[in-house]
Amino acid sequence: MSYWITVNGESHEVTAAPETPLLYVLRNDLGLNGPKFGCGLGQCGACAASVGGKLTRTCSIALRDVGNDPIITLEGLGTLQRPHPLQKAFIDEQAAQCGYCSNGMIMAAKTLLDRNSKPSDEEIRGALADQLCRCGSHNRIVSAVRRAAMEPVR
Amino acid sequence: MSALRPSRRQLTRSLGVVLATFALPSLSAFGQAPGNVPFSLRNNRKLEGWIRLEADETVTVFTGKAELGQGILTALAQIAAEELDVGFDKIRMVSADTSRGPDEQYTFGSQSVEQGGGAVRAAGAEVRGRLLAAAARRFGVPTEQLQVRNGTIVAADGRRASFWELANEGAGLLKGDIALATAPKKPGDYAIVGKSVHRIDLPGKLTGAPSYVQDIRLPGMVFARVVRPPRYGAKLVAFDEAAVRARPGVVAVVSDGNFLAVAAGREEQAIAARDALAASARWSDDAVELPDMASLRPELKKLRAETIVVGTAGQSEPAPGEARRLSAEYSRAYLSHAAIGPSCAVAWLKDGHMTVWSHTQGAFPLRGDLAKVLSLQTGEVDVVHMSGAGCYGHNGADDVALDAVLVARAVPGVPVKLQWMRDDEFAWAPFGPAMAMKVEAALGSDGRIVDWSYDVWSNSHAMRPGQAGGVNLLAAWDLKTPFVKSPAPHIPQPFGDGDRNAVPSYELPRKEIRYHLLLDTPVRNGSFRTLGSHGNIFAIESFMDELAQAAGSDSLAFRLAHLRDPRAKAVLQAAADRAGWTPGKEGDGQRGRGLAFCRYKSIGMYAAVAVDVDVDRKTGVIKVPRVVIAADLGLVVNPDGAKNQLEGGIVQAVSLALKEQVAFDRRQITSRDWSGYSVLTFPEVPSIDIVLMQRSDPSLGAGEGSLPPTSAALANAFAHATGRRLRELPMTPERVKASLS
Repeated sequence: MSYWITVNGESHEVTAAPETPLLYVLRNDLGLNGPKFGCGLGQCGACAASVGGKLTRTCSIALRDVGNDPIITLEGLGTLQRPHPLQKAFIDEQAAQCGYCSNGMIMAAKTLLDRNSKPSDEEIRGALADQLCRCGSHNRIVSAVRRAAMEPVR
Repeated sequence: MSALRPSRRQLTRSLGVVLATFALPSLSAFGQAPGNVPFSLRNNRKLEGWIRLEADETVTVFTGKAELGQGILTALAQIAAEELDVGFDKIRMVSADTSRGPDEQYTFGSQSVEQGGGAVRAAGAEVRGRLLAAAARRFGVPTEQLQVRNGTIVAADGRRASFWELANEGAGLLKGDIALATAPKKPGDYAIVGKSVHRIDLPGKLTGAPSYVQDIRLPGMVFARVVRPPRYGAKLVAFDEAAVRARPGVVAVVSDGNFLAVAAGREEQAIAARDALAASARWSDDAVELPDMASLRPELKKLRAETIVVGTAGQSEPAPGEARRLSAEYSRAYLSHAAIGPSCAVAWLKDGHMTVWSHTQGAFPLRGDLAKVLSLQTGEVDVVHMSGAGCYGHNGADDVALDAVLVARAVPGVPVKLQWMRDDEFAWAPFGPAMAMKVEAALGSDGRIVDWSYDVWSNSHAMRPGQAGGVNLLAAWDLKTPFVKSPAPHIPQPFGDGDRNAVPSYELPRKEIRYHLLLDTPVRNGSFRTLGSHGNIFAIESFMDELAQAAGSDSLAFRLAHLRDPRAKAVLQAAADRAGWTPGKEGDGQRGRGLAFCRYKSIGMYAAVAVDVDVDRKTGVIKVPRVVIAADLGLVVNPDGAKNQLEGGIVQAVSLALKEQVAFDRRQITSRDWSGYSVLTFPEVPSIDIVLMQRSDPSLGAGEGSLPPTSAALANAFAHATGRRLRELPMTPERVKASLS
């Protein structure tokens, strides 16, 4: 089956079975590295992207269910040369060890800041409660989100 | 600057501590090397194998160490930039790669800065020394009159030559054996080492640049998945190959003995085919009888064991008679690495040569074992390190590499990416072994320990690939013509494996420490961060508090009274001061504070940790609002990087102590996803306050040492808060409620 999806502002035609989890389309058809396979069960958040403005576990949404909702991935936020304030804040705070969960952390923080531009630490921790990190970078991640929230323009 | 010819003694001192080698057979050849050569240099003496000056005026530094998320490439780049006197931005790091890098065996044991850093330091000093000598010849002046500024050598009269010019001129100038003729810089002269430098790999990882083995895409690459048995010991009886082959996209179904895998053109097709293959597979009823996880302590003691005395003192004197004797037993559960991304590898058999991209900790040892399984020469296999998800020890990285290789062998010329599914990772990656500990001690009338007896029961924590007498790769044991596991080695003290940190750092006039290395292995084990240190320090430091209480002494004072090493005392005092330790202060039934100390591996970093707890007596949930650590790492290469490592160890230790245990019934592992194996989440993570001691002594690795004392201090804090002691990890709400009822 062919589907049109909008990812990071561009339309793409992809051919895959309707039940294909969006994650594999993003990674393998579009060559994006941001969303990661972590569990395939919607438990860890490593695969998160914004779909229609909502934080979505791309391992658990089928291609046929994406519809016209615009998809934003980590790559859609910023680049190596021009990182998004959240990405820059993660670098400034050195808020990662292995970095495998960072995609989900940054995407979850993005959707948090979109609805609450000045979250408290408790709100940040709450928004990230279902995003798993195993290296123990949690406190730096909270600091990075706080730092990004203090940026004047986002 | 000036070039120096150091005395042998100076050289030994400046190169830092040279650690004894592990008693792994493959490492025994190092035993012949002179004692002042960094471990990593001994089998890799060629200068061009470490550092090359490139035509584009950059410097390539090769390391056999792997970036595991610990920031080692950044720290090594700092060391190289420092010794060479070139800009940090000129350094290009090449991580472990059997086709072109030095063989430094494994990246483990918090040794990369100590050993790998020692080698890069020596190589950097050598390059700089040779370039200085070349410049001195060119300018006709002694080296003492030359200065090095950012990759350029300047003479007193203003003449100058860049490193790259000089290297181009003298072919062979930077080739040949490292002579160790140039002394590295003195720590007091460091400009880059000791500074908090941002990790060189993070910007890419945080913006979606291809960074991980999972991100490798090769032309024509296919995706593969494995189907593992339902439990240890089950044999493959039948499966429906034709039906799976007929599924969309499937290019190969690979079976060999009990090994079963499938490859397809698209990843979701491979996953669906794996499900179909698993559903069609019939397995024998064979099983390995697993221990009763509800009573691990007696269960472990029932297994066959080889007893090794690993520490002894004062045994010629009789045990003091009138002393007051106490004893207690402790345990910890089997632990999962639980990395966020399941293990993954890419393998490609091309023109008879097998190349594997892997997040292994030991590219060279893995290469050897892969070659054995494939019946290839070592030179016909290459392993290239690529980052994976977090690595806390011997996880599934090596196993999945063999899985990928077995599939790649079946589809010559086609690159194969194989990632484990979440249940593969939780059920089949090696676990950190469960441990049982028993301590008995006697207190003299002056309140000092006069006798100490310690027993620890544990499987080997050292079952990595690359050891003699077998092949330690999961699929190798499942092949039609199977390979045997290597016999469990015992790593001698002071490192130890299950007995790591079993010998206390305290002054004990009479002691005996016995390691009961378990020979039956019902559950698959491997190396998990700190090996046995986590369990041993939990037992020793819990018992130190029990003894202090019996002696009517304060926990801090009791420890200080039994320590002689000033660096040990200093971290304890610093942690207590920062935490606001109040001697004699009672817990209130809910809140409490605990203290613990550990000198990691007995010769590594020093750490003292104070943990605050808040116990919900109704739900049995222990909250940890705050952790304070004082750490002495010797000379710190990258302070922020070191802090990041200490923090990670602390969070992991709180998680281990409160939550983590591999679950199983008597036949199979039952914790197979995140609902069955929970780790600490954001709302549960404590605030962390770090005191880094300022020292210029040789660097001591920071990767592990914060973990053991944190779990122990947490147990002590619970006992302080409630007056009840939990001697089994994890301290689950059920155990908390049972102890308070």
